[in-house]
Amino acid sequence: MTDCLNTDLLKNEIPDPGVNPVEQFLRSDRIPHIWCPGCGIGTTVNSFARALIESKIDLGSLALVSGIGCTGRVAGYVKLDSFHTTHGRAIPFATGLKLANPKLNVVVYSGDGDLSAIGGNHLIHAARRNIDLKVICVNNLIYAMTGGQTAPTTPDHSTTSTNPYGVFEPSFNLPHLVEAAGAVYVARWTTFHVRQLSRSISEAFKKKGFSFIEVISPCPTLYQRRNKLGDGLDAMKYYKEKSKVRNGAPTSEVGMTMTGEIIVGKFVDRERPDYLTLMKSQYTESLGERFVEQPEMVCS
Amino acid sequence: MNADLQKADPRGVLTGVHFMDGDHACCEGALAAGSRFAAGYPITPSTEVVERFAQRVPTVGGTFIQMEDELAASITLQGAVWGGAKAFTVTSGPGFSLMMEHIGYAAMTETPCVFVDVQRGGPSTGLPTLPAQADMMQAKWGSHGDYEIIALCPNSPQECFDLTITAFNLAEEYRVPVMFMMDECVGHMTEKVVIPPADQIDVMPRKHTRKSVEDYLPYGTNGDQVPEMAHAGEGYNFHVTGLTHDERGYPNMTPPVQDKLVRRLQSKIRDAADRIAMFEEEQIEGADVVVVSYGITSRVAQRAIEAARKKGLRVGKLRLITAWPFPEKKIRELAANVKAFVVPELNLGQMVREVERAAAGQAKTFAVSHAGGGVHNPEDILKVIVEASR
Repeated sequence: MTDCLNTDLLKNEIPDPGVNPVEQFLRSDRIPHIWCPGCGIGTTVNSFARALIESKIDLGSLALVSGIGCTGRVAGYVKLDSFHTTHGRAIPFATGLKLANPKLNVVVYSGDGDLSAIGGNHLIHAARRNIDLKVICVNNLIYAMTGGQTAPTTPDHSTTSTNPYGVFEPSFNLPHLVEAAGAVYVARWTTFHVRQLSRSISEAFKKKGFSFIEVISPCPTLYQRRNKLGDGLDAMKYYKEKSKVRNGAPTSEVGMTMTGEIIVGKFVDRERPDYLTLMKSQYTESLGERFVEQPEMVCS
Repeated sequence: MNADLQKADPRGVLTGVHFMDGDHACCEGALAAGSRFAAGYPITPSTEVVERFAQRVPTVGGTFIQMEDELAASITLQGAVWGGAKAFTVTSGPGFSLMMEHIGYAAMTETPCVFVDVQRGGPSTGLPTLPAQADMMQAKWGSHGDYEIIALCPNSPQECFDLTITAFNLAEEYRVPVMFMMDECVGHMTEKVVIPPADQIDVMPRKHTRKSVEDYLPYGTNGDQVPEMAHAGEGYNFHVTGLTHDERGYPNMTPPVQDKLVRRLQSKIRDAADRIAMFEEEQIEGADVVVVSYGITSRVAQRAIEAARKKGLRVGKLRLITAWPFPEKKIRELAANVKAFVVPELNLGQMVREVERAAAGQAKTFAVSHAGGGVHNPEDILKVIVEASR
């Protein structure tokens, strides 16, 4: 499949203006998408597609799993084996997919509410087990699909439809959470950092284990507007002016505020044996010759 | 069952005569059926099934993973199915409640899989170590929306083995989640279990498409109502969603597409109800009263039936092996010829409502309810049989 990729993007050449260079990754019969003007999710998909080209991933062995929400709709637009699962459960679904067929490259592509609230338990346990999954978490700081309710990531003092007098509960710092839980690769970018994001996704594809890439992304319709933060373009200006690249920053120091500095970069890049490696070595040690490795699971 | 059946893979079949409890027999049934993947979360009285699976599966080539909760277990197994495995999970009441959303997801996405529920007393934490049969309606109706599932009720460790294979076979044939409705008594009862040689065990393979990538429609049906599957990583680039979807698998949230999809999900099972229906009958011919029971209660009822016959009463027995789709045709036929049905069950009246509905006033229906925590006293069933015979 890799042979047919349009690799013009690699050459930094201006592509043919009549051809969308990432269209080859999209189900063009499902376009237009549902995302609002100024939304950053589509931008992350572009960076993801660029990473697929850069890392020469075999698309035939790539599966993408989403949960529910605005970012959850990514699964429906990519021309891959793609699964739009239930709210919060993209990671355990992806876990089953990966364990049943370890040859698959499994990407989880979902939002902050889906992954860290309703799916928070699965997030930390998959990181603990070090399941070989690439998790792309588009963090728009709010529940957008349902109309702008407070998420675990919504910064202090923001206004949301369920905290109309201002958010007072502390928010999650997701890179810190997943590092503590055991992720081997943790990075954060904004939708202003399209090339850095692509590079991080490519790097994650080279890692074996639980990788987590957070992408701060604007929600002009529900987060920006309600908090008088302008439109999508204003968000880009904010990301440009207030983002600070600090590779290797201690994740305890990268928490988000409503209008303050956004620390971006690659925070964690370490080695730890993944779940399947540990499983195999444990069974080999305990069972010796009685251990039978899982054959390819094709039950037809 | 049809001509697609294959013989079991001997690597998973523990051929021989065993002294085994129902939970362990269920695990052996899953292995014999070709299941090589289970995801579970510990809960009494079901855990022994996956404990045995965890011990056995690394020696036959497969995976067990203990997940962080039942929400995870019930969707991890579905990921494994789309990765090519035959997969199941095992739970009991409180965990079964947590799995409901994913039973709906499996029904909507037509993911073949098996949910084992070793029933205990409820509601809530209820009676963790004691039997009940009070999840029977939940098995059918527990997830939101209209859908159909298949549910089977074993009444012995031997059936826990045999019918677990049937459960997997039905799941594959109809691409539907199958509920395996055990109860604490059947799960923890130890009896003789005969596991036949692999070449005597029929196994239904996955309904995998033979179409080319270009011709494959993930939810297209060629008249038989059950679409063909593909697995991730085979190049089909298919999309699966719990949203209402068209034959391409694409979301399409319009009333006509909803109508077509949901009616098919229902009719693919209902139209096959007679083929799926399994029951055991005894002395139905000329009976005045028929005792309808299932699971452990069928064995308790047997004693009451025999006592009633000694009193000269004409009592027949109908044991439900398939609970869902409910074998209403069978009940309707019997209702024309008998005075009454007596329905003992370890709940306050669940399947009895189906019996009454199917009888449609042609015969009376008597419930013998029990809140769970033990089994009926056969005397209590006998009293109702006597009353119903009048």
